[in-house]
This record gives sequence, structure tokens and C-alpha cells, in this order.
Amino acid sequence: MSIRHAGMPVDVNTRFETVIGLEVHVQLATESKIFSSSRARLAGDQSVADEAVNSNTDPVCAGHPGTLPVLNKKAVEYAVRAGIALGCAIRLRSVFARKHYFYPDSPKGYQISQFDLPACGPGQLEIELGEEGEDSRTIRIERIHLEEDAGKNVHFPSYSLVNLNRAGVPLIEIVSAPDMRTAAEAGAYLRKLYAIVTSIGVCDGNLEEGNFRCDANVSIRPEGAQGFGTRVEIKNVNSFRFVEKAIEYEAERQRQVILSGDSLVQETRLYDAQKNRTFSMRTKEEAEDYRYFPDPDLPPLELSPDWVESIRKTLPELPDQKRDRFMQTFGLGRHEAALISSGAETARFFEEAVALAGAGAARTIANLMNGEILRLLNEENIALGESRFTPAALAALAGFIAEKFVSSTGAKQVLGVLFREGGEVSAIIDREGLRQVSDSSALEPVIDRVLEANPKQVAEYRAGKEKVIGFLVGQTMKASGGKADPALLQEILLRKLKG
Amino acid sequence: MRTIREIHDAFDSGRETPLSLTERYLGKIAKSPHNAWITLCGERALRQAEEQNLKLKSKHGGRVPREAEPLFGIPLGIKDNLVIENIRTTCASRILDSYLPPYTATAVLRLETAGAIPLGKLNLDEFAMGSSNENSAYGPVLHPTHPDRVPGGSSGGSGAAVAADLCFAALGTDTGGSIRLPASFCGVVGMKPTYGRISRYGQIAFASSLDQIGPMTRSVEDAAVLAQVMSGVDSMDSTSSDQPVEDWGAIVRALGDSPSAKGLRVGVPAEYFIDGIDPEVRSAIEARIETLHAQGAAIVPVSLPHTRFAVSTYYLIAVSEASSNLSRFDGVRFGLRPADAMRSGGLREFYQKVRANFGPEVKRRIILGNFALSSGYCEDYFQKAAKVRRLMRMDFENAFRSVDVMVSPVAPTTAFRLGEKSKNPLQMYLTDIFTIPASLAGLPAMSVPVGTDSGGLPIGMQLIAPRFGESSLFRAARIVEANT
Repeated sequence: MSIRHAGMPVDVNTRFETVIGLEVHVQLATESKIFSSSRARLAGDQSVADEAVNSNTDPVCAGHPGTLPVLNKKAVEYAVRAGIALGCAIRLRSVFARKHYFYPDSPKGYQISQFDLPACGPGQLEIELGEEGEDSRTIRIERIHLEEDAGKNVHFPSYSLVNLNRAGVPLIEIVSAPDMRTAAEAGAYLRKLYAIVTSIGVCDGNLEEGNFRCDANVSIRPEGAQGFGTRVEIKNVNSFRFVEKAIEYEAERQRQVILSGDSLVQETRLYDAQKNRTFSMRTKEEAEDYRYFPDPDLPPLELSPDWVESIRKTLPELPDQKRDRFMQTFGLGRHEAALISSGAETARFFEEAVALAGAGAARTIANLMNGEILRLLNEENIALGESRFTPAALAALAGFIAEKFVSSTGAKQVLGVLFREGGEVSAIIDREGLRQVSDSSALEPVIDRVLEANPKQVAEYRAGKEKVIGFLVGQTMKASGGKADPALLQEILLRKLKG
Repeated sequence: MRTIREIHDAFDSGRETPLSLTERYLGKIAKSPHNAWITLCGERALRQAEEQNLKLKSKHGGRVPREAEPLFGIPLGIKDNLVIENIRTTCASRILDSYLPPYTATAVLRLETAGAIPLGKLNLDEFAMGSSNENSAYGPVLHPTHPDRVPGGSSGGSGAAVAADLCFAALGTDTGGSIRLPASFCGVVGMKPTYGRISRYGQIAFASSLDQIGPMTRSVEDAAVLAQVMSGVDSMDSTSSDQPVEDWGAIVRALGDSPSAKGLRVGVPAEYFIDGIDPEVRSAIEARIETLHAQGAAIVPVSLPHTRFAVSTYYLIAVSEASSNLSRFDGVRFGLRPADAMRSGGLREFYQKVRANFGPEVKRRIILGNFALSSGYCEDYFQKAAKVRRLMRMDFENAFRSVDVMVSPVAPTTAFRLGEKSKNPLQMYLTDIFTIPASLAGLPAMSVPVGTDSGGLPIGMQLIAPRFGESSLFRAARIVEANT
């Protein structure tokens, strides 16, 4: 008997496409909790891990009898900001609803959320794909709603404890349409969404502490199918890379289940990053009936159009707007402009450096930031703001490059020293002997020595094998200790080879 | 001494002091057979009374500071579903047997700021669910004058304590009649304000969209004073209203001893005078309507056509909200955690063992509420009830175009016998048939004693006013009271 899936016959040769919708929980950076006065945000460099268990609670967020929620206006403002940034319709009247389930980390036995009337209606997000970001796609956003976070259960072998420090921290849940077709698209969507919510200041963006958590709905279907396959929800993955890997794993798992003739179960699965696999948490039959109904303790949330307009006016420049401005003003390519504008910190750093060095240095600065600096930061896994790099140092370095005082290889070395030790750029160049040789009289003897030492390559070049020039340039650069001006070097070398 | 004014005069003259009054009440409570109290806070009360004795002499020259502290030295009973910091609060449920709240309800805080002295916590139907006070884990409250009868519920302890003079006044809470019914059965004044008038912060929720705190007193004037002190917006309750609060105490005082009813338009809703009302209750209410007419009031027949849906609508909404509100009693953070629950094999078993400690009526309502909200039924039950509720609100809005207040019996009968209805929940629910509509519409309503039946059992008349129409409500209530 033939196997069918999503209304079409399938076999081993069928090409499947993956259908992905994402639900992202963004922790809002308000000072207090969404419905009570306890802190929602840690001061300075404090970490959730340092906080004494259950020290940050109050009768309301601990669900004591007789307590009532009072909505934090700042959380509403942040949700509306996010909605505007994502092109969403802002609902002037939205309603809080109770979502019921029993679990020790849920102090009231229900979560206050929004159900049929969320804060923001449909919107969209444009994502860039491909090596150079040459393809773009629009991903529809279905809704954004406000809700409170739960506490945290801590499990021990024979008992569990509950920590309510996080209970009542404000979240927005941003729900996409099932518009993504590859793990890479999902990754691009998440990175872009992250860039937006952090750049408009509504989220601190600390991934380790769960500021930005993702659930992925994944199904597969034969290419060309109109219907959808059975979907699986992968819960609570908090790294972009792991979301991509979990989706890839899950799509392949579903393909194998289908081809083996079994049917897929609608279920919630968890991703194990160490084993790179997903495993079942609960099936649809085991799912709770949430018994949603409007929370009688909270009047409907009514917003005035004027207020929404005032939020719109104070919204900072969004990453896409920045990207376009960087392209127009500084002549950056789309991909490099997108990289520079993807984080608020990076963009601010770039603009400060360019302001000091002049617009002519913008491309050089962008290249350094997207190249060596990014590599060094990733290697040590630290943020630009936490590093020893300063816009002033970068501006100085760009100046030296423009004046050919230092080569691009030399510049990389300078960045390495800056990153590890900090210091003055000019002092580093001098100390490390990186001042570029831009004087032909100093270069000529070096080139002569290289040509003498490599007669075979010289002969090959003269016989028409022009590719060997690269080898000779490299050898000369090496012999100059990386200090030769590459353009000058090439010019002299060609003259000598042809002469 | 029957009113706060008389108490304050006695304080002024030195015949009585806050301390002597508090001591006397605590002594009476100790000897009372009514089971009206669950927890007493005698030491705390005596401390407060001593402080007031000192203050009265040293600071106020022996004169009660009536303006600043209108409830100076007044001993109160607090229904045990209102929290006072570190005073055991049980809601008459085993599940909260040893619960010590970490904060004080706004209404209680305001009364204390006005000088009132809480004596303790009053018995009630478990989680305020009941009409007879028989659903208490601490046993039923006995009727103040007829010990084989119920005091009404759910604020049965409050009604009995005020009637038996075990406290000067009490707080009750009213969700579908829980202040008005025991006030009627016990022969005291009971008042439920407009929804949103008094902050619910610190009232352990039964049905959040219906619950209101209110006073139970021996006079209309005292009810007005207590309600006035408690009313007004509270930053801890988003459903509390910022509507201005008038000086209701002064309005009632200004009416004097023989107020005229001239200009008062009294509505008589046809749907509230149905077959099945005890004939003695009916004739007592009709006689009072006649008196009002004789005093110059215009008597206007009105109609509230959706009244017949009131009980079913109320029970769908109330049980739905209750099932949700009672979810937090899970034994994790506070309240009862039985030893056997700690030996549970898993979470589900733990919850079962903890929540098995709800009483049968509470369990019945949780189950009904979960059903009414569950997927596939919510539209037919909860949502439909919410729609009917809107229609009932409109009934009142229409009727109040032509009248200032409406009057009716509070209940179809006087106090019934203990055990008489406890086997038949539906019959028990019908006790609230006349009080429920005002609750669903969020209107202020009151029970005022208008006499007794041939067996000596009190009869209460219900008055209902438009939203935030407390001033007309108190005025009309005072006219009824003065002519009784």
C-alpha cells in the first residue's frame, strides 16, 4: 500500500519541504514585574544565578489568597514598541485572560496571558538569506501578546523546590505564521527579531538567562503540497544555532517516520543539544485544556491612539533603517551594512568610530568590525561592549591604514594586541614593528632577494603562468615581515618580472 | 447603645472607654453559643484599645476625634475571608487551616485607620459558598435568637455576631447575596456596595466579577459610615472605582428621626413578587411599600424581564470564576499540606491529597466551573451566561430611568431550619433568587429589617439602587428604617 502524507503520495524519492512557525518569548526589560512591585530586572552585572532563592517575591506574584494583579504600564509600552517595530496593528483594546494549568512553578494555578484579543495584531519581518544576504523573504507575524513568566522548579532526587524570583516577570510572545521553509530561514528570523527587540530597548537580550526563548512548530510536506503535515512543537530552545539544529533533526526524523509507514503524532518535544536529537515530552492527548476566560481582576486594556502615536515617535531607528542609511551614507554593501546594523551596540560603535575617522574610513571600519574584530569576539565569546576595543582606537587604526602606515595584515595584528592587552594604536604599531614599508627603495632589495630565491616560479611566470604572482607576493610580504604596502609591492614585482 | 454616635457620646462622657467596650465584647464572645467566630485576636484588640484610651485622654482631651477617626474605638468582627496580617485566616476551609496572611486587606486597613478595633474573624460558609453557613469546616453558625435555625450565609457569622451583640458591627462579603441574606435572617442591616466601590484587595476571591465587601450593622447610619470609610479607589485593585464618595453618614444623619419619602420614586419589580414567597414575608414587604406610599413616595411598577435566567446565569459565572480562583490552593506555598500528601508518588497524587480537603460544596462548584469553562462547552455555558448577564444589566438600566430605588423581599422565606435544605443544593441556590440579579448587574443593594413573622423570625426588605447610587440607597433605607 502506498504511503500518503499531507494529501499526497510519498516515497523515498519525494522531495520534502519543512514548514516552520516560531513562537518567541521575549523578556521585557521593565524594572518591576508585570503585575506587582518586585524587581523584574537585575541591576548592573548581577546574574539570576547570584540572586538568593525566593528573595525577589511579594504576596501578589507568589499568588497569596486575596491578592490582585495591577498591570505595569511600562510592560504595555514595551509590547507596543515591539509591535510598532514589527509593523503590527496595535489593538486599542486588548483583554487579559487566564490560562489554567497545575504546576508548582505557576503560583495561581493559572498564567495571566492574552488569548483572543492580544495586544498586537498581524505584522511582518523581512529576513535576508544567502551568503551575502542577497535574497530576502517576508515572514508574517500573527500576533504579539503580553503575559507573565512562571517561576522555576529545581529538582532533587527525592523532592523539588520552587523559586519564584522569575514568577511575574513580563514577557511578550511573538507568534509567526508558518512561513519559514528551512532551518536557515528560522535562524535568520530569530537573529533579526533579536536585533530588533534589543535595538529598541525592550529586551536586555541575555540569552543565557532566558531573555529570548523560542518554541518551534515543525512539520514537513511533499514539495507542492497545499495542506500541512502533522506538526510537532519543540519547546524552549534558547540558542539560535540549536534551534536550527533541532529543526534539521526534527525534519529528518519526521521524514523517516513517514517513509516507514508510521503516522506522526501531534506532540511537544524537547531538544537535547548534547545528543542533537529531540524527544517526546507529551502528546496532544496529554495536553491540558487551558480553560481560557477573561481575567475578571483586570479591566480590558484600553490605549488611546495619541499614546500609541507618541510611542511610535520615540521609537529609535530600526536595524533595517540603519542598514539602508549605512548603505546610502557610507557606500557600504548590503551584507556588510546589515551585519553592522544588526546589533545596537555594534551600530553605535561603528557610528562613533566613523564620526572620529571621517566618512571616508567607513568601509575600512566596517571591514575591520565584520572581519577580525568579530572573529576575535566570537573566539572568546564576549560582546563588543565588554572588550578593550574603543571607537577611538578603531578610528586611529583606520587612519593609519588609509595613509598606508600599516598593511591589512599588520592591522589584524594591531587588533589582536588591542584585544588582548589594549593600548595606543600608534604605540602598538611601533612596538610591534608594523609600520608599513611604502618606500620603493626599501622594498626593491627584498623583492630582488625573493626573485633570486625562487627561479622556478619566475620562469613559470615568464612562460605565461601568471598565477604564480600570488606565490611571489606572499613570499615578499613574508620577507618584509608583513610590513610591505601590498599595492606598491605588486607594482614593483610586476615591473621586475616583465622587465 | 445601638449606634456609633451613642458609643462616641459614651466615650466623651467617660461612661465607657475603648478598652472597657472591647473587654466587654470579648467577654460576651467567650460565653456565646453561636459559633460565630473562628479566630479571635483579643490581645491585639486590647492593645489597640489601650492605645486609644491613652490617646483619648492625652491627645484629644477626652473628646472622640469624630472627624479624623469616625470609627474610633468601635469593636468590629471581620469575616474570615478577609486577611489581616499574621492573624489566621481560614475561609472556613480545612485547606487554609493554619494560614497566616503576609498582608492586610485594604478595607480592613481603612477601618483600622479610622479607629476601628477588629476583635477576630467570623465564621462563614467555606470560601463564601453557601446560603446557610452550614458549609463551614468549623461547624454551622447558629441563628442569634432561634438556635435550631440557620443565620443565612455566607456571612452567617457576621449576621449572628451583630444581631447577638458580639461585636458592634461586622464586615461581610456579598457575591450573590451573602451579606443581604444573613442580614435579613438575623434582623440586621446589611449593605453591598456597587461593584468597584470597595477594594477587593485582601478579600479571598470566590467569584471576582461579583465579590464585594460590605458592612453589617444595627443601623442604616452606621452602615453608611462604615461603607464610606472603606470606599474609594485603591492602587492595589484595578477594578476599584475612582467615582467620588459622598458623605453618606451625613446624608443619613440629615434625614433625622422622621424623614419624609416625598419625591422618592420606588420601583416594585413584578418578577420579584412570585408565587412561592412565604405569605408572611410578602405581606410584611407590601405593608412597608404601603407605608412608603403614605409617606409621600411614588410607587412605580417596573419589570426586569430577564430575572428568570438570574440563578442559572449566576451559578455558571460564579462557579467558573471560583474554579479558577481556587486553583491556587495547591499546598505548594501556603495552607494545608497533609502528611500523606508528602508521601505522594507524584505531582498529580500530591494535588489530589491536598485538594481532597475542600468541603463537598466547594468541590461541587470547582467541578461545575471547570466543566463550564472547558473547551467545547465554554461557548454554550460560560460565554452564554456572560451574554445574559449583559441583558440583565440592561433590564436594570431601563427600569432605573423611572425610579430611584427598587424594593423587594431579600429572600422568599425567613430563616429555615438547620439541615432543612442542606441535602438539596438546587433548593438552597434558590434562596438567593432575589439577591442575585443586583450582584450580576454590579448594583448597590441593602437589606433593612422590617419586622418579624409570627414565629418571631426577622424579615428583611431589599433595596436596590443604580450603579454608584449609594446616596439614594442609604436615603431610602433610612426612610424604611425610620418607619419600621
